[in-house]
Amino acid sequence: MSDAIVTEGLRRSFGAVRAVDGVDLAAPAGTVLGLLGPNGAGKTTIVRILTTLLPPDAGSARVAGYDVVRDAAALRSVIGLAGQYAAVDENLTGRENLELVGRLYHLRGAEARRRADEMLERFELTDADSRTVKTYSGGMRRRLDLGASLIGRPQVLFLDEPTTGLDPRSRYALWDVIRELVNDGTTLLLTTQYLEEADRLADRICVIDVGRVIAEGTTDELKSRVGGDLLALRVSDRTAAGAAAEAIAGLGSGAPQVVPESGEVSLPVAEGASILAEVVRRLDAAGVDISDLALRRPTLDDVFLALTGHAAEATEEDGPDTPARGSARRRPARSQA
Amino acid sequence: MSAASTTLPNSPLLWTVADAAAVTKRNLYRYIRVPTLLLFSTIQPVMFVLLFTYVFGGSIRVPGVDRYVDYLIPGILAQTVIFGSTQTGVGLAEDLSRGMIDRFRSLPMARSAVLAGRTLSDTVRNLFVVLLMVLVGTLVGFRFHAGVLPALGAIVLAVAFGLAFSWISAFIGMSVRDVESAQAAGFVWVFPLVFASSAFVSVANMPGWLQAFAKANPITNVVDALRALCLGGPTAIPVLRSLAWIAGILLVFVPLAVSRYRRAAG
Repeated sequence: MSDAIVTEGLRRSFGAVRAVDGVDLAAPAGTVLGLLGPNGAGKTTIVRILTTLLPPDAGSARVAGYDVVRDAAALRSVIGLAGQYAAVDENLTGRENLELVGRLYHLRGAEARRRADEMLERFELTDADSRTVKTYSGGMRRRLDLGASLIGRPQVLFLDEPTTGLDPRSRYALWDVIRELVNDGTTLLLTTQYLEEADRLADRICVIDVGRVIAEGTTDELKSRVGGDLLALRVSDRTAAGAAAEAIAGLGSGAPQVVPESGEVSLPVAEGASILAEVVRRLDAAGVDISDLALRRPTLDDVFLALTGHAAEATEEDGPDTPARGSARRRPARSQA
Repeated sequence: MSAASTTLPNSPLLWTVADAAAVTKRNLYRYIRVPTLLLFSTIQPVMFVLLFTYVFGGSIRVPGVDRYVDYLIPGILAQTVIFGSTQTGVGLAEDLSRGMIDRFRSLPMARSAVLAGRTLSDTVRNLFVVLLMVLVGTLVGFRFHAGVLPALGAIVLAVAFGLAFSWISAFIGMSVRDVESAQAAGFVWVFPLVFASSAFVSVANMPGWLQAFAKANPITNVVDALRALCLGGPTAIPVLRSLAWIAGILLVFVPLAVSRYRRAAG
């Protein structure tokens, strides 16, 4: 088979926390698989298992034909990994970082230098090649990290939240770079919290929540579960949220969802703009004041809400999805109207 | 396929050596790029030389020793390499917390190379500081009295002892995992070990219970060997004992540290 990544019943616990709880994945060679999920969903644990950093408790995983446990040593020479933190040495220059990683893939000196040049050029770091990484911006570090993960010309590349913490401009620039990579035929597994990122980069998406795959498909397939666009409004008086939902029920392609804490009401709509006027009219007739009204594309949060009934909030205190913090996640489902 | 010309021959031994060399080089760059690090790791031992020579030295009477500075410098060499070796664990904990160890572990490199590279680069730094201490010692009146070869032997022995302690420190660093803990855990146990030894004073003047500890202390063994090599006297027994300690520490802590590294997954 030409699946570059296959897992079957993958499990891994940390104490009582089941970080990965029976995950089946498959990514054909040359495709991009996006693992989409909130902090603590188990995405990083999956990546760590697939890159031989962590043995699974149960289940099996093969990457590029190698078993991640039995053939770990051989597997390492055909994969590349860029983790959540740009793992580059601050005290080395950009070039030295790349050459170091090249040497550790056992390239000869001249070849390591040649590939370092290639990466510096590809990631537009040539002008900064002899500066220590300490002077690099966050975006430059991520690009260098990505370059380091490619030095060994991996068959399968793992990018764990490659744009988390970047400003929008650097994020878009990195997306362009990643898309180019993928055009070269590398198989890519990408984890992200951003639906937009998965949308732009991945061929198929697995939505992960509390260690399980809860949905799988293309972005369009996933978005269709939400039902096209979303009309989101906020009432001036939070207690009137229910009344607002009642007033506009039936206008959309699904039932309105209410977040009582914030007074937000959202309604999946098939043909967005045309019903805006009708929504305003009905709210007016019902005597509900609104402070905000918008039509928007569904986000990860909306997909999550539709799939699980609870939000995919990536709150600050969660931090990167490390197992220790993973247990903090199971939240009560948002109440529904 | 031109793999043969672009990559090193597929030999585990060659790979291990090349990997360790690459990591050593990477670690040494740190001292070139952040020279203050080297400065601060030299200031402390220099202070100790000055403190013990000029402040305490006048009040310390060691039986059978005329010039305290000659007695002191071998002790300073041991203290320097041991305090220096505590940095091994700190450096590894730093690499762990910054994701460098994850990157290394995902590469096809030898499992032992990250630790070997770290302990070797710290040994190179220790050698530098030891040579500096000899220089500072010479400036305050220290002299080698037993000839060139034993003097060289003293330097090699001190640095080798530091390497053994670096592996203990590596084990601690890989166990506690964060930089602050590595700093604290790496130092607290070393401090009493260094002072309850023959490094600065004669063990004979200590209370009986402490004498028993000080005599069994490997640092006493090594300091006695260094003193014999620097100042003259029978060297065979203290040197052999010291080498046995070094071998013993390495035999225990190299496998322990490597197994911690393998399981560094979180």
